[in-house]
Amino acid sequence: MIVGKTLAEKILSEKSGTDARAGDIVIAKVDLSFVQDTTGPLTVRQFQSSGIGRLARPERTVIFIDHAAPSPASSLSNDHILLRDFSRRSGCILSEAGDGVCHQIVPEAYARPGDVIVGADSHTVTAGGLGAFATGMGSSDVAVAFGLGKTWFRVPETFKIEVNGEFQKGVYAKDLILHLIGKIGADGATYKSLEFHGGAIKKMNMSGRLTIANMAVEAGAKVGLFPSDGTTRQFLVEVGRGNDYRPLDADPDATYEKTIRINASKLEPTVSRPHTVDNTALARELKGTKVQQVVIGTCTNGRLEDLAIAATILSGKRPAPGVRLIVAPASRTVLLEALEMGFIKTFIESGGIILPPGCGPCLGLHQGALGDGEACISTANRNFEGRMGNPKSFIYLGSPATAAASALTGEITDPREVM
Amino acid sequence: MLKGRAHKFGDGISTDHIIPGRYAHLRSNLPELAKHVLEDADPAFVSKVRPGDFIVGGSNFGLGSSREHAPLVIKMAGVSAILAKSVARIFFRNAINLGLPVLICDTTKIDDGDELEVDLAAGTVRDKTNGSLLTFGKIPEVMLRILNEGGLIAYIQKHGDIRV
Repeated sequence: MIVGKTLAEKILSEKSGTDARAGDIVIAKVDLSFVQDTTGPLTVRQFQSSGIGRLARPERTVIFIDHAAPSPASSLSNDHILLRDFSRRSGCILSEAGDGVCHQIVPEAYARPGDVIVGADSHTVTAGGLGAFATGMGSSDVAVAFGLGKTWFRVPETFKIEVNGEFQKGVYAKDLILHLIGKIGADGATYKSLEFHGGAIKKMNMSGRLTIANMAVEAGAKVGLFPSDGTTRQFLVEVGRGNDYRPLDADPDATYEKTIRINASKLEPTVSRPHTVDNTALARELKGTKVQQVVIGTCTNGRLEDLAIAATILSGKRPAPGVRLIVAPASRTVLLEALEMGFIKTFIESGGIILPPGCGPCLGLHQGALGDGEACISTANRNFEGRMGNPKSFIYLGSPATAAASALTGEITDPREVM
Repeated sequence: MLKGRAHKFGDGISTDHIIPGRYAHLRSNLPELAKHVLEDADPAFVSKVRPGDFIVGGSNFGLGSSREHAPLVIKMAGVSAILAKSVARIFFRNAINLGLPVLICDTTKIDDGDELEVDLAAGTVRDKTNGSLLTFGKIPEVMLRILNEGGLIAYIQKHGDIRV
């Protein structure tokens, strides 16, 4: 009897031309490879020393300037020059400073269901939201994918995450993924594929799916995969790529290493405490925890839907005294749409600081670095010690609603209190 | 046979501990970048480490970012291998791609400063300080071939292609 396949096995079978099963090592065709400005310069140097010489598919190779955009230091500006020169000479696509975060632009402009995507950034997993086997690698691996158009993979075992029930008011996809990581741990899915199914997933919009896939790596996973369905089709039509749609799902008799069931109806606003993502608590349990900075944006929660939620909570109000509110839309497209919808005006009137589309303060490289002893609640994906520019500071992670509610009170706040 | 002293770290040493994002402006200046290796986990590490020494971690070593600079600055510090109970996926691939062995074994009994001898072929770690002998898990064949060529780029320079 032939046993069915998981999404990871299906995609890697197709791209390797083999009957790929969990545990196999395969060589798979890479449909898109990319780097960003902090991993790109090393990738370019490794590519040049590899002797390969030419890009396998320049039109499916992208360099993003998003982490230090615009550049805060001359050395980083010089790295940007190196990347622009490489793009010109090699013929690959360049996404400039101000265009946005790679993990937002890849779903908007490039990723297709069933693609294999490798990026020199751990949150490359984001594109799993639309059914692409997308995973982060280092500069050497991506340099080789640039040149050969393929790479090796160990086909991962899969955890099936079955989410049923209804999300309650004030509870979002971000709360679900933080809950899951808290439950299984920061290494709970190391080397695994997380595959999301169930009634609550079928009803979830693409923005929520991308948020969840984005954080799969925070449980150690290689990929976070969603079936490609009507929601995927609608998203691709909206971004002008309807022809890139294809339906894709796991076989009903696929083999899973384990199944984790979550009742969305029982989830509550959830927060990761310093200094690990799996150190979760309910937002209401952290009442009284003061914050000096609130960050809304990043590749995890910088989409239009996220800004809409935050703007609704902040509209006509001001942050508590002593709180800095920072908003960083994930892409130029998101910023333009948020302008048209009036969200940007709302944030500015609420005392917010609008940063250019990009990574914002998430990785401590520029803009919004924390001071000694300060605490921040951010909609980003990582709260490691030192992450936001200072090892003596404290980062909490939550949904856009939790972050916006916390801005109003100056302490971590369950958004249901202000909705 | 690799010989050196153990530098012991706890669980969950992230790539931000190893080389934080705030030093991204030094990524094209590796000698300067390397001065900050593991600064947020042990500020004294860079002054203590000697060529040939080992980093001994707990679980989920190297979690976080895909920055290959993390294993790169560890290698530049002269570390001959990383021993850990478990290691994050991207870090594992990156270290092997740079020719830096990562060995999965139960590091509980190794103390900071212990004298270690690692036999890569035999798959053993001898702790000469406490007399114990540990075995480490096999590195997958495809990664062993990359490691034996001194890293992925050296492998590609020689073979021009990847095979499994």
